[in-house]
Parts: sequence; structure tokens; C-alpha cells
Amino acid sequence: MTSVVLRRVLSTLPVMGVVALFVFSLLYIAPGDPAAVIAGDQASPEDVERIRAGLGLDRPYLIRFFEWVGQILSGDLGTSIFTNMPVTTMIAQRVEPTLSLMLVTLVIAVGVAVPMGVIAAWKADTWIDRSAMAFAVLGFSTPVFVVGYLIAYLFALKLGWFPVQGYQPLARGVGPWLHSLILPSVTLALVYIALIARITRAAMLEVLGQDYIRTAKAKGVGQRRILFVHGLKNAAVPIVTVIGIGVALLIGGAVVTESVFAIPGLGRLVVDAILRRDYPVIQGVVLLFSFVYVLVNLAVDLVYVLVDPRIRY
Amino acid sequence: MADAAFAPPPGLAVAEELPDVIPARKRLTGVWGFVRRRPSVAFGAALLGVMALLAIFAPLIGTVDPGALATSKRLRPPSAEAWFGTDMLGRDLYSRVVYGARVSLIVGFSVAVLASIAGLVIGLVSGMVRWVDGAVMRLIDGMMSIPPILLAVALMALTRGSLQNVVIAITLAEIPRVARLVRGVVLSLREQPYVDAAVAAGTPAPMIVIRHILPNTIAPMTVQATYICASAMIVEAILSFIGAGVPPITPSWGNIMAEGRALWQVKPTIVFFPAIFLSLTVLAVNLLGDGLRDALDPRMAKRL
Repeated sequence: MTSVVLRRVLSTLPVMGVVALFVFSLLYIAPGDPAAVIAGDQASPEDVERIRAGLGLDRPYLIRFFEWVGQILSGDLGTSIFTNMPVTTMIAQRVEPTLSLMLVTLVIAVGVAVPMGVIAAWKADTWIDRSAMAFAVLGFSTPVFVVGYLIAYLFALKLGWFPVQGYQPLARGVGPWLHSLILPSVTLALVYIALIARITRAAMLEVLGQDYIRTAKAKGVGQRRILFVHGLKNAAVPIVTVIGIGVALLIGGAVVTESVFAIPGLGRLVVDAILRRDYPVIQGVVLLFSFVYVLVNLAVDLVYVLVDPRIRY
Repeated sequence: MADAAFAPPPGLAVAEELPDVIPARKRLTGVWGFVRRRPSVAFGAALLGVMALLAIFAPLIGTVDPGALATSKRLRPPSAEAWFGTDMLGRDLYSRVVYGARVSLIVGFSVAVLASIAGLVIGLVSGMVRWVDGAVMRLIDGMMSIPPILLAVALMALTRGSLQNVVIAITLAEIPRVARLVRGVVLSLREQPYVDAAVAAGTPAPMIVIRHILPNTIAPMTVQATYICASAMIVEAILSFIGAGVPPITPSWGNIMAEGRALWQVKPTIVFFPAIFLSLTVLAVNLLGDGLRDALDPRMAKRL
């Protein structure tokens, strides 16, 4: 058991290495010469060279890469070109809104999608199933910002139930916080619901065809118990896996949702950084998001190794 | 058994021939038959066809120059003259949205084709050559752990915004998915008896790939390519929307929405018209993809 867990944990190392290499190369090949920028317009070529050597920019690629990795491991993501603030500080200021958005989205999406998929599988090939799957195709096809503007128009502008834009920090109370997050979260949840519902339905159909389900029915087990205890429990592996994989959708979608609803989160930060070509910030956020994604999927796999006796690597 | 030569053995009765009580079901053929059998695929195909026609014949269908400014006619509501109204610079929204179809379709199809070809080559090599496989798969695992939108955004930050760069950035972000799919298919095909037979018969390795492996990867890859096309259109619109896509001067759906953003609370039409077109186009491609999947892989069709 320990060796299985250890092997799975170690297998993330090369992945993280590739991500780090890619993100580092991003800054390495980025246009613009930091040394020339720091030296200013009046500097002679010798000055620029001296600054370059002072920054260590004249040394080979791989050496600089490993130094950079060392820096990151000690918690230093560099300094923003635009604000001169440490990137870690800038990220720390923006983590709360994005994390809140993702958590509320996750709760909404799983809460809606799993029952939807289960019911669609139970009522397979009826109009309930077909409309659930039609909804899933629509959810896949409607870009996040289209959904965002549509529901903001309906529920904020026309009906006035929710604020059109903005974010209320958790420190001001759970009520206002949740109120400001409902529309963005529903927006972001839609595509996620489509993904999870489809997989849930497929996994459930597979399980519901098994002999032990027929046995349970023959014994007179209640329908709800069959679906949610005998069925869902055994269909859980692909469902939880896709919830983990779908975090990539959440991250990509958060970038857009935060723009639509003017939420000052990490997505907004990276968009602003791109417009200003603030490469250290782009690097930091991409790195953070990717590591979170890798860790979430690692956690999903590990939970299964620990909980489900059928899984062995 | 109406054969005259056939005589039933004594004591055995022969039933009379029964008339066909169940008339043979006439299978509808032609276009109408297809529409009846697969309404959603037909709908998707028709919708995509309309979008393609719009894009191709954009200058001929009642449009004016999508970049023409008319400051005296700013923010007009939809009318007979400007079907979708005008934007904050007085440009005709209908013309801009119709021309926007060009950007979306070009990006969608270019990315689908380029990512498929590149992914196919990488996947084939990785699946066939053992020592390449490990390194390539680690690289792909790493690439796939960066969310595609973020990867495309990061790549766009390196270059100037142009249609070509957008296509390249999205293609690079999509290649790993195809490569991994093709590799998986190749690995399972390698174990097939007919591949063993070809090896035993002395078929050279390149010939095995071309004759026995490659043709079997085409079906799953085509399905994947459709989904990539849909995803590329969405990513393109997102890139434009956040200002990292095609130059603002190009009327793409994402750009039109980005321009309409500041005013959307008072003039929602500027955002909604491109939004509707984008969603319909992506829906059309997805419906086609589902249809292709069902047609090419009946086993999958039952499950999903």
C-alpha cells in the first residue's frame, strides 16, 4: 500500500518538472530585454552588459533553470515588472475570490450533475434522459462568457435579484459573500455540470447492467437505495476522476468568469498581466494553477487507492 | 418449401404458407431519410452549412464594410437599415457579426486539421517506438496539466496578436490530447493478431504502420478533431474577449463582445448577437461530432 502511494506521488515529479520547464522557457524566450529595461535609455552597451551579468542573465539556460527552480522552492516567484511587487504577494491578495468561486462552483456542479446523471441513467431512453443529455450538449456548446452575460442580464439587470458585478470578501459575512458569488458560480458550473452529468450517466448505465443490481432488485431493495448505494457507489471511480480532470475547465473558465463579473481574482490578475506583458506574474499564476491541477488529480487518485480495494497501480 | 418435387413423409402435415403479416419496413433513404433517422446530426450539419455560407459569401449578403465608421449613427437599435443595430463607433453590427464567422471557422478548422496531423505523427511515433514513448509521454503529461486556455493565453503573451499566431497557440495547446489518443489506439492495435500476422509475413515496419495501424486510427481521431474544432472556436473567442487574440481591428465574435462589454448593461445586443452566433456554431460542430462518434464507434454510442 505504502509503495503504491509513494509511486503515485513520485510520478507527479516529472510532470511538475515539465510544467516548470515550460513556464521557465516562457520567460526565457519572452521578447524584451530586462537588463536594457532596468538600465534605461541613457545606458551604454557596457552598462547593460554589467547589469545583465549582475542579474545572472548571461549564464546558460539550464543553470538559470535550476536556479529558478531553487528560488521557487524557497517560495520566491520573482518580482512583477509592472508593480515592482513580489509575485507571491500579488497572488496572495487574489487567491480568496478565485478559491471561493471555484469552491461554490464545485458544490453547485456536483450537487446538480450527479443526481442528473443518475436519473438520466435510471430513466435511460425516455424524454427525461434525452432532455438531460440535450442540456449537457448545450452546456458544452455555450461559451462561459455567453452564459455569464445571459444570466447576468436576466437575474441581475432585469430581475435585480443579484449584484451585476463585483465580489464581497468572506470577511464581510457569509451572506453577502455567497450572494455575490451565486451568478458567477452558476455560470462557471454549467459546462462542468454537462461534463460530470454525461460521465455519471455513462458510468451508471454500465453499473446498472450488472448482476448484483438485478439481485438487489429481486431482493426488493428500494429504488433509491439501488441507485445511490448499490449503483452510484460502484460508479464513483470515473465520476470522481472526471471531477478532478474537470478542474482544468474550472481554471480556464475562472479566467473568463472573473472578467465578466469583475471579480478581482487570479484570473483577472493573469489577464491584466498579459495585457501589460508582465511575464513574471503570468509565470507565477500559470505555475500555481498547473500545480493545483496536478495536486487535485493526485489527491483524487490517492483517495481511491486508499478507499477502493479494487484499485491497484 | 413450395418445391413440387418435395413430398412430405406420410403422417407429417405441412403447414400452409402464411402470408407476410408484418410488412417489410421501408427504410427511408436520401436526405429526408437521414433527417428522420438522425435529426440532431442533420440539424448540426445544416447549421454549420449556413454558417459556412455566411462566412464565404459575407460580402454579398446585405453587408457593408464591417470597419466603416459612422459617428452620426452610433448605438442605433436594430432597424431595416442596420439589421442588428450599430455599435459605439457606428459600425454595422450585422456586417461585423457575419464577417466574424470567417475568423471562427478558419480558426476552428485550421486548429482541428493541424492539431490532428501533428498529434497523429507524435502519437504514431510514440506508440511504435518504445524508447521515444517514455520521454514523449512525460512531456505530454506535463503539457496536459496546464489548462488549455491558460496555455494558449501564455503563448499569446509571447507574440503579437494575429490570426496566424492564434491558430498556432491553440494548436499547440490541443496537440497533446490528440497525441495521447492516437498513442492509446496504436498501443492496442499493436496487440492485434493481424499485426502479428503481418510481422510474421515479413512486412517491413513502415508498411505495417501505413497499411495496418494508420487506417484504424482515423476514425477515433476524426471524432476527436470535431471536438477540437469546437473547443478551438471557444478558445479563440475567449482569447479575443480578454484582449489576447486576433487584433481588435478584425471583427471576430470575441472582439465584438469585448468591445460591447463596457456598454452591455445599456446595449446588450452588441454582446448578444455575436454570442448567439458563436454558441450556435459550436453547437453545430458538437452535434456533428456526436453523430460521427455514434456512426464510427457504435460501442461508445451506447455508453455515452
